[in-house]
Amino acid sequence: MTTPLPYRRFSPARIGAMVLRQWYVLRSSWPRLLEIVYWPAMSMLTWGFLQVWVGQQSTMAAMTAGTLLGAVLLWDILVRGGLGFSITFLEEMYARNIGNLMMSPLTPLEFVASLSLMSIIRLMIGLVPVSLIALVLFGFNLWGLGFPLIAFFINLIVTSWAVSLVVAGLILRHGLGAESLAWTAIFIMMPVCAVYYPVSILPAPVQMLAWSLPPSYVFEGMRALLVDGVFRADLMAWALGLNAIYFTLAALVFMRLFEKARTTGSLLASSSE
Amino acid sequence: MSADVPAIEVERLVKTYNGTTAVDGVSFRIPRGAIVGLLGGNGAGKTTTISAIMGLVVPTSGEVRVLGTDMRRDRHRILHRMNFESPYVDLPGRLTVRQNILTFARLYGLPDPKARVRELAEELDLTDFLDRATGKLSAGQKTRVALAKALVNDPDVLLLDEPTASLDPDTASWIRDRIARHRDEKGASILLASHNMREVERLCDRVIFMRRGTVVADAPPAELLERYGRDTMEDVFIDVARGQAVMAALESGL
Repeated sequence: MTTPLPYRRFSPARIGAMVLRQWYVLRSSWPRLLEIVYWPAMSMLTWGFLQVWVGQQSTMAAMTAGTLLGAVLLWDILVRGGLGFSITFLEEMYARNIGNLMMSPLTPLEFVASLSLMSIIRLMIGLVPVSLIALVLFGFNLWGLGFPLIAFFINLIVTSWAVSLVVAGLILRHGLGAESLAWTAIFIMMPVCAVYYPVSILPAPVQMLAWSLPPSYVFEGMRALLVDGVFRADLMAWALGLNAIYFTLAALVFMRLFEKARTTGSLLASSSE
Repeated sequence: MSADVPAIEVERLVKTYNGTTAVDGVSFRIPRGAIVGLLGGNGAGKTTTISAIMGLVVPTSGEVRVLGTDMRRDRHRILHRMNFESPYVDLPGRLTVRQNILTFARLYGLPDPKARVRELAEELDLTDFLDRATGKLSAGQKTRVALAKALVNDPDVLLLDEPTASLDPDTASWIRDRIARHRDEKGASILLASHNMREVERLCDRVIFMRRGTVVADAPPAELLERYGRDTMEDVFIDVARGQAVMAALESGL
């Protein structure tokens, strides 16, 4: 005879159980593990060699050496953080396992927490080897950024979670028909959040949009650090404030969509598609 | 909690999807320790009713309580005492049997998850393929794994949707024995949706027939056979599915 522990509203043990389970899924397929490293590595090699070549042609480019590679690595944190969250969520959908999970004591909040932790694990699997490539081949030491890297990382990963939360809610509500959003949603920010160029280069109306997005502050902050050697704490504070607003809104939207999925029956349908 | 509180209470349950009524005013109670069959043809409203009991679907109106807990508002307070199995829900095929059961043992907060996996593996004859990928098992083996998951927390309330569908007679009989044993040993309440009428006759204390979103009959199998003047539950099922039992029930005052 088995005695379950008493009901708990929030349980780190359940989050741990989910992370472990998702880790089992990830490690069961070496092509998926390889894929986590493959694209960031290809991107780093391409942009790295481009930066070397441009640096040889122009003094300005030489002065800003590192900003391109820094942008590539930080953009990868944003994209891979979001994908890590979304792909882990999609794995549950593909496996028709959402019904089992939602019928267990696992709460939506714990589920989201496990997806967030898993996105960090997946991100690290890709980021560590790619940052080593940047160091060895191009002399760019991401980890040498120190504390600012932590500020950049936190802001980018929280933005990626906010976007992915809304996407996960839409998939729960509308089924796998909304799956493509998981792969593409984050890229909507790319032209306007000043990844490879300063916000000032954008047309005035677009600049307003750019300053409403937390990643713009991160990429501006990265350039300030690498070009001027200054850590702009004010930019990070703005990014953090905006992230707090966006993440709260995203969590509310997710819960709303989750409840809507319970009302329309799509939560159940997502298990049998 | 008082033993008088029914395991499952469904009161005037209504569920509409985009103007289409899937369940229309369904009410029933399942006492502690009973095995009750939920029967009906395709589209009768069984899956919606079971989903509402699980809290995966929010009723348009009416109430569903499990062990006295309102499933619309407080389902998370009671989910650790429930479980379910359905052919429409899978366990990840790339995980081993051990990993799958272990995950749910942990999600249900069992004090010794690994010991529980070993116990279930022995009980359900899973030991030989505990470390095999779940997706590579035969249909019968997968059903046993799904049953292990459904029994992992020794639930007080168990919802089973077609637990023996697509199984050979021997495996199906074995599964039925295990379900009955869970009720006998644990005193659990079991709601069983099935199209296998022999299974229903053998396992169920009571049968609820649904048709077009409503309950058209609710009685023990023997009583239904007698009242509808049929020899088998299969005949009763066909009558109900075609609407003839409604008339028979009205005539007999059931």
